[in-house]
Amino acid sequence: MKLSIDGVKLSYASVPVLHGISMEFCEPCVVGIIGPNGAGKSTLLRCINNVLKPKSGWVCFNGQNTHDMDAIEIARNFGYVPQEFSTTFQATVFDTVLMGRRPFSSWRISRDDVEIAAGAIKMLNLEQVSLRYNSELSGGQQQRVMIARALAQNSRVLLLDEPTSKLDIRNQLEVMDIIRALVEKQDLLSILVIHDLNLASRYSDKLIMLKEGKIFAAGDPVSVLTQDNIRAVYDVEAAVVLEDNLPHIIPKRPI
Amino acid sequence: MDYDLQKNIFPEETGHITERYYHFTHKKILFIFALCLLIIVSIGISAATGSADVSFGDVYASLLSKIFPDIVESSWVADVCLWKLRFPRIFMGLFAGVALGTAGAAMQGALKNPLADPYMLGIASAAGFGAAIAIVFGTGIFAGKYLIVGNAFFFSLIAAVVIIAIAERKGGSAEAMVLTGIAVMFFFQAITTFVEYFAEAEAVKGAMFWMIGDLGKARWEDFLFVIPITVILVPVLIWKSWDLNIIGAGDESAKSLGINVKRFRILIMAVSSLLVAGVVSFIGAIGFIGLVSPHICRLIIGGDNRFLIPSSGLMGAIFLIISDSIARTVLSPSVIPVGVITAFLGVPFFVYLIMYGREYC
Repeated sequence: MKLSIDGVKLSYASVPVLHGISMEFCEPCVVGIIGPNGAGKSTLLRCINNVLKPKSGWVCFNGQNTHDMDAIEIARNFGYVPQEFSTTFQATVFDTVLMGRRPFSSWRISRDDVEIAAGAIKMLNLEQVSLRYNSELSGGQQQRVMIARALAQNSRVLLLDEPTSKLDIRNQLEVMDIIRALVEKQDLLSILVIHDLNLASRYSDKLIMLKEGKIFAAGDPVSVLTQDNIRAVYDVEAAVVLEDNLPHIIPKRPI
Repeated sequence: MDYDLQKNIFPEETGHITERYYHFTHKKILFIFALCLLIIVSIGISAATGSADVSFGDVYASLLSKIFPDIVESSWVADVCLWKLRFPRIFMGLFAGVALGTAGAAMQGALKNPLADPYMLGIASAAGFGAAIAIVFGTGIFAGKYLIVGNAFFFSLIAAVVIIAIAERKGGSAEAMVLTGIAVMFFFQAITTFVEYFAEAEAVKGAMFWMIGDLGKARWEDFLFVIPITVILVPVLIWKSWDLNIIGAGDESAKSLGINVKRFRILIMAVSSLLVAGVVSFIGAIGFIGLVSPHICRLIIGGDNRFLIPSSGLMGAIFLIISDSIARTVLSPSVIPVGVITAFLGVPFFVYLIMYGREYC
């Protein structure tokens, strides 16, 4: 598996958001994209699976440019959990997860599709609410449903835009453990946008730190999550403590 | 425990979840079958209702005698009354109800707006304007007996094209479609009033009656157009119902699952508009069917469009056939336009939706 991103630029109207982002991933791992609000994290994620079309640059998956892939082929390779999703639409949890099979099933849903969706529901511990409507669930449960939907896509790359933003700390850890386990068991590449630097440190193999649409720092958590980088990117004074060889961030004050 | 590597599941662990899901969906299929039975019953009730003495049994005997002429016999008097007077309007009610119900459900799904229906989006107002031109000035796209129908169809298509063209420029957004539809509706209502201002009193009355909608206009030759348009376009909406579910979760989310949201929404609007234009041109702008039928079904079976779209069509047919029976009998021998009855029945339900709709919209 190889995912290359080369010189991706994107503007909203005339405001540039991404200024030529390049990176490459050759092996299954968890990649955390961090940075302050407006740094272009979610935009970058949406450029990877072509939900947004970059102004220039390209994204290549296993040697094939995503511009040359049709929407279904992209959906088969990239599972995606958006940051915002409608929570008022009237679908049950099971039907929502089953939607993840759309790139494979078009309009006819097979027994295999139903079984795969049930597997994803089981994995995210949603069995008890599988026939309830999304609007009846808590924010955290809804987020789990969307993650289960992405898992049902059985794709090689999982793109998650703030997958734990609505979850309490126990659920955050559980969901991140599931993502971690999936990456290890199924050799997936998981790229996730995350605001919680301590979760990012604990669960990511690599971190990409963005500032104003450019990569400010990239590498393993120890090399990226330094006091200097946090001060330069977030304008925050923070202490960094190493725990189990992983950086633990204690924010102190804004600069 | 066996692990299915390809599906990434343990079948023993997930078996009970899938069985519960199948049980859940079977109940919805059962509801659709129940509606089919109700349609057969409502046809019987409607055809047996009226001043001429035709029994419930006569209705089915007359219908079956056409299919099995050697086995079933029917009376000549009942046949004349049914096939010349009642069946044309009942079967028009059936097809028009199916068309308006499915189009309403599809529009509500595609625009993610529980109040969307063919009338809110100006299709019916445009048809009304076309009919008013034909009635008041006696001119139109087609001459002869299709003068009004042709005009109504032509102008409703114009409304659909305007909505789709503007929405296309705005990236196929649901908001653009709804706002353009409302603007189109007010525009055609205004110019219809303008045309009627200069018309003779009798012509204004004719145009007004057309706008309310009446199944009494139905003739057997109309079915040469109405049946193909319904039989071809309704399955298209059912075919796309799964994608309508997906679009409900959000445009971005639908794009990531391989749906071209802009193209899809335009397709649904084009098919629904054509379907509505096809029936409204013949029977007039009968209101509330496209709005209310999906909501009734949504209350009973939920919002899954795979089941909601067909059941809304069937519910629309039942609603229209029963409303027409009431229209024919409530002030007998006078016949009230069915649009009045659908509005009388629809308005209280509409108010109910406003009051309690939040619980399920």
